[in-house]
Amino acid sequence: MKKAAIPVTYAILILAALVMCFPVLFSIALSFSDLNDILAGDYIPDSLNLTNYINAFSTQPLLHYMLNSAIVGVLSTALEIIFALLAAYAIVFIPFRAKKVVFLIMMATMMIPGEVLVITNFQTIRSWDMLNTYQGLILPGLASTFGIFLFRQNMMQIPLELKEASTVAGVSEFGFFWKIVAPMVVNTVVTLAIYFFLVSWNSYMWPLLSTTEDTVRTVQIGLRQLKNTEAVSDYGMMAAGAMVTSLPTLLLIFFGQKRLQEGMTKGAIK
Amino acid sequence: MHKIEIRDLTKSYDGKTNILEEISLDVEEGEFYVLVGPSGCGKSTLLRVIAGLEKITSGTLMIDGKIANNMPPKDRNLSMVFQNYALYPHMTVKDNILFGLDVKKVPKAEQKRRLDEAAEMLGLTQYLKRKPRELSGGQRQRVALARSVCSQSPICLMDEPLSNLDAKLRGQMRNEIRRLQKKLGLTVIYVTHDQVEAMTMGDHIMVLHGGKIQQMGTPLELYNQPANTFVAGFIGSPQMNLTQATLTEKGLLLGGDLLVPLNEEERANLPEGNQWQIGVRAEQIEPAAPGQQDTCLVYATSTEMMGNETQVLFHVGDTLFTARWTGQYIIDPGQHLHVSLSADDFHFFDKDKGTLIRPALHIKGFTAQIA
Repeated sequence: MKKAAIPVTYAILILAALVMCFPVLFSIALSFSDLNDILAGDYIPDSLNLTNYINAFSTQPLLHYMLNSAIVGVLSTALEIIFALLAAYAIVFIPFRAKKVVFLIMMATMMIPGEVLVITNFQTIRSWDMLNTYQGLILPGLASTFGIFLFRQNMMQIPLELKEASTVAGVSEFGFFWKIVAPMVVNTVVTLAIYFFLVSWNSYMWPLLSTTEDTVRTVQIGLRQLKNTEAVSDYGMMAAGAMVTSLPTLLLIFFGQKRLQEGMTKGAIK
Repeated sequence: MHKIEIRDLTKSYDGKTNILEEISLDVEEGEFYVLVGPSGCGKSTLLRVIAGLEKITSGTLMIDGKIANNMPPKDRNLSMVFQNYALYPHMTVKDNILFGLDVKKVPKAEQKRRLDEAAEMLGLTQYLKRKPRELSGGQRQRVALARSVCSQSPICLMDEPLSNLDAKLRGQMRNEIRRLQKKLGLTVIYVTHDQVEAMTMGDHIMVLHGGKIQQMGTPLELYNQPANTFVAGFIGSPQMNLTQATLTEKGLLLGGDLLVPLNEEERANLPEGNQWQIGVRAEQIEPAAPGQQDTCLVYATSTEMMGNETQVLFHVGDTLFTARWTGQYIIDPGQHLHVSLSADDFHFFDKDKGTLIRPALHIKGFTAQIA
């Protein structure tokens, strides 16, 4: 690149970064501002006013919602990982009839948008009496085709001889899976776990449909309830709530970033 | 009782084409048995059948006198060394070597003893804490061998274990494997496509081609009496020179091009008929001394100078012949040379089927001697 082009490039990058960050910065600013200032068009707070945060927690049981989200997130992530690992293992290492077709059908389900399945899922969960339960929140998302696909790609790089060496040594199928395959794909496990948790934490539509009571309601629904439908919404309080609830995801990405990158690139450069 | 006994074994994946056809063989206890052949000949499949990694289509496999056709691999009491070593990349050398012993419920103290012994034997003691990727090819190969040694299985199957190593290391590891096998009294079945490995390591060799047995025997039997033109061309380096031969009044005409004179005795030694395929080893084509009678005139195509010997290439009809002469000969391409050939040194094969009719009568200077 020519030297003269560097400042221009950086100017464009900084501008783009500002545009991307604007909603976040704006929310931070709002969360510390007084509602009257906001309504008057003054978005820059004069001091760090925590009133909005206190109001957010007192209006809605946000901590309870966050706990619910954490429970649902951890459980669904763990189960999704386990099922995806086992399914991918079967597809890669266990010979069975029509394997390619089964895999193709699995992959084809990726082309169906989740929204299309919402009605049938709702009917199923309701007929099983699982509305307003953790099970009802978790069950529909347990099989992740994306996870299966990623694990399969990862496992296909494991030479078949490793399996054969285990077989000859008398190691069982599960022993090989647990001692050899699982440790070898651990990077993908971490990457996917972070991803699954984020998806679960941020999910809105399914929790909205399958919960009607505060007991199991998750954090995104709670946030929605901060919005007042009858009078003027307290934008400062809503921003404060949004800030608090996005904190866990930010931390997760911050600490998981290195692993995330490793997992995404590992297969590529062997 | 044979250690391993195979009778009329056939293997087919699709029920139409046979990967292995009617294979029968006996491997004695403590024997080093080599399966050799070009790639795709079925030798690896045969090994995997013995290991229990492939199912048998028909025939029987006996291990230690027991029918093992459907015996699970772990009950066959054997170890296997793979071409790519099959080391677990996330485990240390130590864990790699001991892998599988937990399943066999070997006590920890015994595991430690075996590990120390195997590591010592193969010079791995200082590498036990490392991961496989931190080792060189030769060291990885040794780890794979150590795993096999530690399992203390009486039978060891090796699938081209040296083909990923460079030539020098390969020679070294050949000796090491042979030494180890003798020391531990292992029964080894060794698969290779390299006839040098087969010749130098094997007590017995089976040559496979297209899933069929071509010949079984000791290395010298295969070298001196190749059962057919395939074995003749496969065993020995440089390759045996093979061409068509026709008997005429003046002598034996090779490839319709080169006339080899025959004396009374040589003529009497010829097998019946007047057309054959003949094979002659490169070292049996000698430079003719000046003034020598009954020589053949050939035109050198090129030479390969090795220092201790010279390989001279020349055409006989359409076939390129190689002669191997001890010493250093400076020969220009196109230069004509007198060589001496004797029909007594020729192997005669059936001209259509390629089966051996008469081996070379005396292999000059190559009769096995006890030193």
